Amino acid sequence: MIQIQHLSKTFTHPVLRNVTLRVPAGCLYGLIGPGASGKSVLLKMITALMRPDSGTLHVDGQDVLGLSDIELAAFRLKFGMLFQNNALFDSMTVADNIAFPLRRLGQVSEAEISDRVRERLSAVSLAEFGDRNPSSLSGGQKKRVGVARATITRAPIIFYDEPAAGLDPVTSQRIFDLLRKEQESAKTTVIMVSSDIDRLLTVTDRVGMMFRGSLVFDGSTAEAAKSEEPHVKQFIHGLAEGPL
Amino acid sequence: MTKMFSPIHGAREGLMNLAATLGQMGIVASQISRRLFRLDFDREELLRNLYKMGVKSVPIVLLTALFTGATMVVQAAPIVQRYGATQLLGWGAGFGILREVGPILTALMISGRVGANNTAELGTMTVTEQIDALRALAIDPIAFLIVPRFVAIVLTLFLSTLYADAVALVGAAYAGQALVGVDPITFYNGLTSDFMGIADVTNGLVKSAIFGIAIGLASCTFGTKVTGGAPGVGRAVNATVVASAAGIFVVDYFVSFILT
Repeated sequence: MIQIQHLSKTFTHPVLRNVTLRVPAGCLYGLIGPGASGKSVLLKMITALMRPDSGTLHVDGQDVLGLSDIELAAFRLKFGMLFQNNALFDSMTVADNIAFPLRRLGQVSEAEISDRVRERLSAVSLAEFGDRNPSSLSGGQKKRVGVARATITRAPIIFYDEPAAGLDPVTSQRIFDLLRKEQESAKTTVIMVSSDIDRLLTVTDRVGMMFRGSLVFDGSTAEAAKSEEPHVKQFIHGLAEGPL
Repeated sequence: MTKMFSPIHGAREGLMNLAATLGQMGIVASQISRRLFRLDFDREELLRNLYKMGVKSVPIVLLTALFTGATMVVQAAPIVQRYGATQLLGWGAGFGILREVGPILTALMISGRVGANNTAELGTMTVTEQIDALRALAIDPIAFLIVPRFVAIVLTLFLSTLYADAVALVGAAYAGQALVGVDPITFYNGLTSDFMGIADVTNGLVKSAIFGIAIGLASCTFGTKVTGGAPGVGRAVNATVVASAAGIFVVDYFVSFILT
């Protein structure tokens, strides 16, 4: 379970304002909101890639902000993450990118790494692409490689930052379906940031909405769809008029 | 109200930026030192970078060194001929090449080819979140990326200076024979005369190691501090080239002063 209380962060202006959020274990949580509302920053806070100015953050009962550098390295093994820009390493092949987190762990034999990479490549329908360089792939294929890398360690918590950004509707739906299938089969806790509301709401259990650094809504997907909260209503229904 | 340009304000801002950059480089230097002390860095990355930076720089360094040595003789030829000081040609060329021209030109070449490329790579990795991805995968980017590149740059420059010095002397010797009629034996005798000592060689090599540290720190610092997408990468590469070149000449003055 991820528990965030009164989290705040300011760069030149506030990017997170007193955010309190609870994501139950095994939940697929969708984080929505307009651009620059603090969604990606919140994900980086949870993975301890950034530190908040104030507030508390607990993951599975562990106080993240009190961890030393060595403890943080161990803590991050709980996570898999798909970055907004995929963040695939250009100097490695697709297969090496996917294998990279396992190889760095140093606890898995090369034979098992190869098996797991093959299995991940098949799961994301890229079985023939292992030897390719990431730069030769399309946007959708890169996303799928990112998903394979994020899930290869079988981490209990996965973050997806804009998994369908820049993709066509068909590819987007395939990516969302794949992520839901992965989450259901591995029973992982997932936080997914996406601007593709229509598709996101088809796969999430709960939804939170960020606006100017604040969490303005937190509830089930059904509640979000029916919400009369002005920000949520305008964002989900794509209305031109409203507070956004 | 429109902000007026004031030279004092501009100078103060420039000094503040310089102090901030030096501070960032100091932080990177301390991070690198700690990992080096613990031998905590990726050996495969080091070998990969040594090949990419060192081995692939060999042709351009050789070419530059050969013609640098020859050019020094071209410049000296009229004076050598006028005063008949052919015995001093080897000493003159050797002194200039080993102490100054070899280390400086090799450093400028490595700064342009390797330092700029290193900043571009690290900058691209920063803006495309690859550095964040490493941290998210519980991998220390300093140990995995920065230390191997820093060590590779320092070693590349040191070794390049070694063979660039030798090749430049060969170029000077053959240019001496072709232009002034000084045979290579006479050139060699001048080079190994009492005027020259091992200090002339070590002086240049010490400089090359310090230049390597300056280029490595500048390229890694600017590369990892990139903001603002692709234009930010371009600005960082430009900053690395300018800072490295300026740093080389400033450091050269102080090291020459100390070692002379």
